Amino acid sequence: MGKEVVQRSDLDALFEALKRRGYRIVGPRVRDGAIVYDELSSVSDLPEGWTDEQEGGTYRLKRRDDLALFGYAVGPHSWKKFLFPPALRLWSAERESGSFTIHAACEETPPLAFIGVRSCEIHAIAIQDRIFQEGRYVDPHYKKTRENIFLLALNCGQAGGTCFCVSMNTGPRATFAFDLALTEVLDGSLHYFVVEAGTQKGAAILREIPHRPAAAREEEGAERVIASTAARMGRTMKTDGIKELLYSNLEHPRWNDVASRCLTCGNCTLVCPTCFCSTVEDSTDLKGEKAERWRKWDSCFTMDHSYIHGGSVRATSRSRYRQWMTHKLATWIDQFGTSGCVGCGRCITWCPVAIDITEEVRAIRGEEGR
Amino acid sequence: MIGENPLIPEPWIVRRVRKETRDIRTLELGPSRPETSFLFSPGQFNMLYVFGVGEVPISMSGQPGRSRTLVHTVRGVGAVSCAISRLRPGGVVGVRGPFGSCWPLEQAKGQDVVIVAGGIGLAPLRPAVYALLSARQDYRRILLFYGARTPRDLLFAKELERWRGRLDMTVEVTVDSASSAWRGDVGVVTRFISSSEFETENATALLCGPEVMMRFAVRALQGRGLASEKIYVSMERNMKCAAGFCGRCQFGPTFVCRDGPVFSYAAIRRWFETREI
Amino acid sequence: MIDTLEPILKEHSFFRGFSAEHVRILVGCASNVRFASGETIFRSNEEANRFYLIREGKVAIEVFVPGRGALTIQTLGAGEVLGWSWLFPPYRWNFDALAVEETRAFALDGRCLREKCEGNHDLGYELMKRFSAIIIERLQATRLQLIDVYGGELAK
Repeated sequence: MGKEVVQRSDLDALFEALKRRGYRIVGPRVRDGAIVYDELSSVSDLPEGWTDEQEGGTYRLKRRDDLALFGYAVGPHSWKKFLFPPALRLWSAERESGSFTIHAACEETPPLAFIGVRSCEIHAIAIQDRIFQEGRYVDPHYKKTRENIFLLALNCGQAGGTCFCVSMNTGPRATFAFDLALTEVLDGSLHYFVVEAGTQKGAAILREIPHRPAAAREEEGAERVIASTAARMGRTMKTDGIKELLYSNLEHPRWNDVASRCLTCGNCTLVCPTCFCSTVEDSTDLKGEKAERWRKWDSCFTMDHSYIHGGSVRATSRSRYRQWMTHKLATWIDQFGTSGCVGCGRCITWCPVAIDITEEVRAIRGEEGR
Repeated sequence: MIGENPLIPEPWIVRRVRKETRDIRTLELGPSRPETSFLFSPGQFNMLYVFGVGEVPISMSGQPGRSRTLVHTVRGVGAVSCAISRLRPGGVVGVRGPFGSCWPLEQAKGQDVVIVAGGIGLAPLRPAVYALLSARQDYRRILLFYGARTPRDLLFAKELERWRGRLDMTVEVTVDSASSAWRGDVGVVTRFISSSEFETENATALLCGPEVMMRFAVRALQGRGLASEKIYVSMERNMKCAAGFCGRCQFGPTFVCRDGPVFSYAAIRRWFETREI
Repeated sequence: MIDTLEPILKEHSFFRGFSAEHVRILVGCASNVRFASGETIFRSNEEANRFYLIREGKVAIEVFVPGRGALTIQTLGAGEVLGWSWLFPPYRWNFDALAVEETRAFALDGRCLREKCEGNHDLGYELMKRFSAIIIERLQATRLQLIDVYGGELAK
């Protein structure tokens, strides 16, 4: 399938085509001083003309001097909030005649269309696919939600201040698992998208939007955008031998150093697009006749996470930070075949004390500087 | 028995409750639906649910071959385990399972089997003892070393006596402390490892008990010359889903609910020897 | 009596590795003893001038705690060594020891051995090595018992 061009002014047709098919459209919009993922009804809901400035422990929105629709990196939300919801009822039960019956929760929800998924995020979704669908057991809710997603990828035109997808081989170009992939190009008075269909589903939607084959110079324009993003990464991380490095440095003095800074607030686990730890809450109504079980997001930074009879296995912040980072970069590889990190930089941006995972790795390697 | 959705419990009815010690009970469960059949391998566990209270992982502690009976030995330490301990015949327990890895009884065939249990750790090992004894001719020596806190805390005391009376099995029992009325051994269970006769070149060891106890038992077994690949431990971690999703039972790169609870010491030695992993 | 003891003594695990000459010296300080079931071997605060190599039976080391009665701290069986208070002043037992079952043992005269060791440092060193190993092993076991792994928080 060759590349096509869609003009910015025709983009609303995309939304209409998706709505016609009954999709609930979600994507980036400005709210509470950040760009978050929420419901979208048209192009005008997108953060037109906004960009973000990100650094360790810092996130600010700033106005651009152009009208790019996707001129920013990633915000505190990730697509896991839709595929792996923060709170999910697993089942409800009723007591009856000495026993009880359980009803699996199966809410019918409209299929979701993800607008503007970055390459790093596609990798993150693929990583969670492996956890929830390709293990010994399959999470039925994840599977049902996932198979109906329409995924519109966006090749980043703006590198984030804490991004390092190039180091992690996860971007900035989307290479798989998308229905449509767009690259936004602003060239003088021109504002268009170079579009690639990844599936028949994507091609079918594209057919309902005004489009034409991309000219060579337009494709080059898109390539320049992607190359420019790749050259402006905010961070780097050397990943060779990282698993053995962390496995053989479980008592490295650096862990004490990071423990003196880490608040165990868990922000990193909340914003990380691959973190998947959860807890379960069992409750009843006041009469004790109806019960429910809910699954909720949890974090390995809580004392609860490793609690067994009378105490937590990981009682110190040192052990909990070590668990998070060693899991993300090392044990994940043994568990799922890939790194758990996609280089999105969220954990660096949203850490209140600006702990930088790339810096921590360098310190354990014994290397100085950035 | 796990159906399409591994997260949904199935109600089982309590048939019998036996008081083992002051805080340990053994429950015998029967299925609530006549067509239910449940098979497990020694070492595996179920998630047991008390309506509205919560769920905990408990190893099976009964005969593996009985498809319409489940036996679980529970110590009341938290809200859920105490609620399970308070159940009476006719009570209902939600069951999800079986989960986890099992004792390497196949690989141990033709060898001496050394079983070291501490405290309630004897419960997850009891199905292994049953399986070994029901295929006695497939194994050489069978040795069971059991340690508990005091004589009153000895689990399955009558059964231990029966096993001890057999001519084809060695059973040694000790307690950490006792009044002078106790005529048995007092001391750590690891002492039996140093002093008993078994073929270290051709033995498999199964360990279950507090981590500290298992650590010392591993040392003692290694001191006798047993290879790490032949020593098996049963680990325990916080569990909510038992299906490899919630991430809480991680122990280094392993998930205790899925890669364990039974591990060969060789496979997890780096993590076992690291504090707060 | 001493002549017939030597071959039997040499079989006891405590003597593994001792030279023939050292065994002969030790045999000179050794005698064969027997305790009936329930018989007291020694009492706390009595003079400690012997140690015992248990050949058969079971011995309980006890401490008497007012209000709680006699508590058994450790039992010892065949092949194990009972008593080390003879090694250092004030040469007094700190605990009670009694035979739980009919017990046979070699009793070694501590006073006799102390004199021999002062004169023969090689023998002294061999004895010290073995006793250190026993004491270390006993200490490690006691520490494990002390942290009460089966009770309360650490229980499975």
